[in-house]
Amino acid sequence: MALERWFRRKRPTRGDDDASPKGLWLKCSGCHAQIYRKDLIANLFVCPECAHHERMPVEARVAMLSDEGTFERWSGRVAPTDALGFVDTEPYVERLEAVQKKSERLDAVVTGAAELDGVPVALAVMDFGFLGGSMGSVVGEEIARVAERAADEARPLISVAASGGARMQEGALSLMQMAKTTVALEALAQRRLPYISVLTDPTTGGVTASFATLGDMVIAEPGALICFAGPRVIQQTIKQDLPEGFQRSEFLLSKGMLDDVVPRAALKARLATLVRLLRAGLDGEPGDGAAPPVPLAREVSLAGAGGAGSGLGSVRGGVRVDADEAARALDAIGAGADDVDGGQGSGDERDDDGNVGEESRSRATSV
Amino acid sequence: MPLPFEKPMDELEARIRDMRAYAEDQHVDLSSEIVALERRLESLTRDTFTNLSRWQRVQVARAPGRPTALDYLGSVVEGFTELHGDRALGDDPALVAGVAKLGEIGVVVLAQQKGRDTKENIHRNFGMAHPSGYRKALRMFDLADKFKLPVLSLVDTPGAYPGIAAEEQGQAWVIAACIQRMSRLRVPAVSVIIGEGGSGGALALAVANRVLILEHAIYSVISPESCAAIRWRDAAEAPSAAEALKLTAEDLLEQGVVDAIVEEPVGGAHKDPAGAIEAVRQAVEAEIEELRRVPSDELARERRERFRRMGRFLEAN
Repeated sequence: MALERWFRRKRPTRGDDDASPKGLWLKCSGCHAQIYRKDLIANLFVCPECAHHERMPVEARVAMLSDEGTFERWSGRVAPTDALGFVDTEPYVERLEAVQKKSERLDAVVTGAAELDGVPVALAVMDFGFLGGSMGSVVGEEIARVAERAADEARPLISVAASGGARMQEGALSLMQMAKTTVALEALAQRRLPYISVLTDPTTGGVTASFATLGDMVIAEPGALICFAGPRVIQQTIKQDLPEGFQRSEFLLSKGMLDDVVPRAALKARLATLVRLLRAGLDGEPGDGAAPPVPLAREVSLAGAGGAGSGLGSVRGGVRVDADEAARALDAIGAGADDVDGGQGSGDERDDDGNVGEESRSRATSV
Repeated sequence: MPLPFEKPMDELEARIRDMRAYAEDQHVDLSSEIVALERRLESLTRDTFTNLSRWQRVQVARAPGRPTALDYLGSVVEGFTELHGDRALGDDPALVAGVAKLGEIGVVVLAQQKGRDTKENIHRNFGMAHPSGYRKALRMFDLADKFKLPVLSLVDTPGAYPGIAAEEQGQAWVIAACIQRMSRLRVPAVSVIIGEGGSGGALALAVANRVLILEHAIYSVISPESCAAIRWRDAAEAPSAAEALKLTAEDLLEQGVVDAIVEEPVGGAHKDPAGAIEAVRQAVEAEIEELRRVPSDELARERRERFRRMGRFLEAN
């Protein structure tokens, strides 16, 4: 059935054949083609063969969206606490400690200031590898703070969502983060500063139902699972197979829920164009809209990022990602450089409700 | 059908009924025995209900016979006039909207309605709204602001409906929109969680200046059953999940998620609906009376700050 196929596609199993332990070659979780690791990284974690968008590590995402050397981190001053004393099969504090150690960050989001194609912006990038990118008090607080500080510094905000939803280990307090992030966005709205939300695979539950869909524009990456209730929950409720492509970006675009689906290689340029345009209205401050927008045609030509002859150069549509730098970033987050999916679930579909990612990090197969 | 832990009380009630019938039949005076049994019943009920586990509280919150939103609307407000439709896709019976009088003040009312029997439950989709319901709510928020009508919402839902059409029509989008629109209201907003406050579908109607909760109502990010299925990989662990989620009225007050608890009659609202309804009426009237004096800007600002403060975390020096 269709559903199983998605999960198979999204959840590569670890290869037994560890002939090249350094993971020089990876298997695409979309088409299973063997890809040279550096090539995948240089191609922004998009398969050069089938254009499948793998989940992207936060550091690589930040590097991809920031002009070189411009990112200044804001997040990291608040840390999660176990307000409820939540214990399931393992205490929440222990899960937290383990993932903090592994990821070398306090919680599931990185925020900061950057220049995007020369435009000063604020960025918020979620980490699906950190407890399924779930939103508890800290993620909510970081999102609220980045919105407020962006407003203070007159920077447009760009958020990149990747989340299983609210963090149930923080109970109703995590539910309240939906309202908290939403009200914090008012600071930007009141100053009429653009907020553009990018939805990546997967964006579900309480994150979809709050700040992530409240952008002035909402853009998704190709093939991303975007939903309120996950496919498994829906299937259990209605006891029917789900339509092909259900809850994927392209499906939601056709339903009128997204402004556009933009391939990763074209994302930075598109964001720059949109931010500039939004600031070039009749009330636009002189200079804000002065820079010529990036021609859209160029993006279209990049749309089939994996297409033949796209090459694997490190410059693509104004996006500069140095392969070595990205590899270092990967090592820095402790993921091991073969971990191209940013930490997926254990294959038991449990990201439907926001708690994948922590159980085990399946990896693109080393071959 | 009594809840499992209500059995002893149920038996005692039956004995009292039998004794009354016997006394009447046989013209004997058993009043002192009956009074003694009634006292025992009351203290047993009180003891039982003050010592309920969180899972038992969940069962009370969902108890058949517990007053539904429309039961409250019959007495909490006067002259409730239902307004239908989202002006785009249809009318969602799971989310009831309308206007009414609360004392002397006109108000907009939003209420999640579960069924009182199987037939109504099916009609109301067990109180699980589709996007259409939330779009209707959005329309009501506009109406409230335009005519300066305070908003009263009664929350009672297992959650927003998870279905194909609901996803296609943007369930997440409309919930986010409701949260945002309600946070921007320039009139007083009071929410009462009367039964189940199920996740985002509940929050969409509860971005209020004052959030009240009935003593045995619950408010949670996820149902205990779903939480158990995910975290324990076993839905039968729902009682453990209910404990872990800290979803009772007292828990939520402690977490700062709700502002006040409305006490229910001994034995729960389902034992004495009229008593519960009157308690809600008084609580809501008092809150609106207080909030009506607050200027519009202040109301919106205060509401934003209320939610901006939510959460617990550690801060680096």
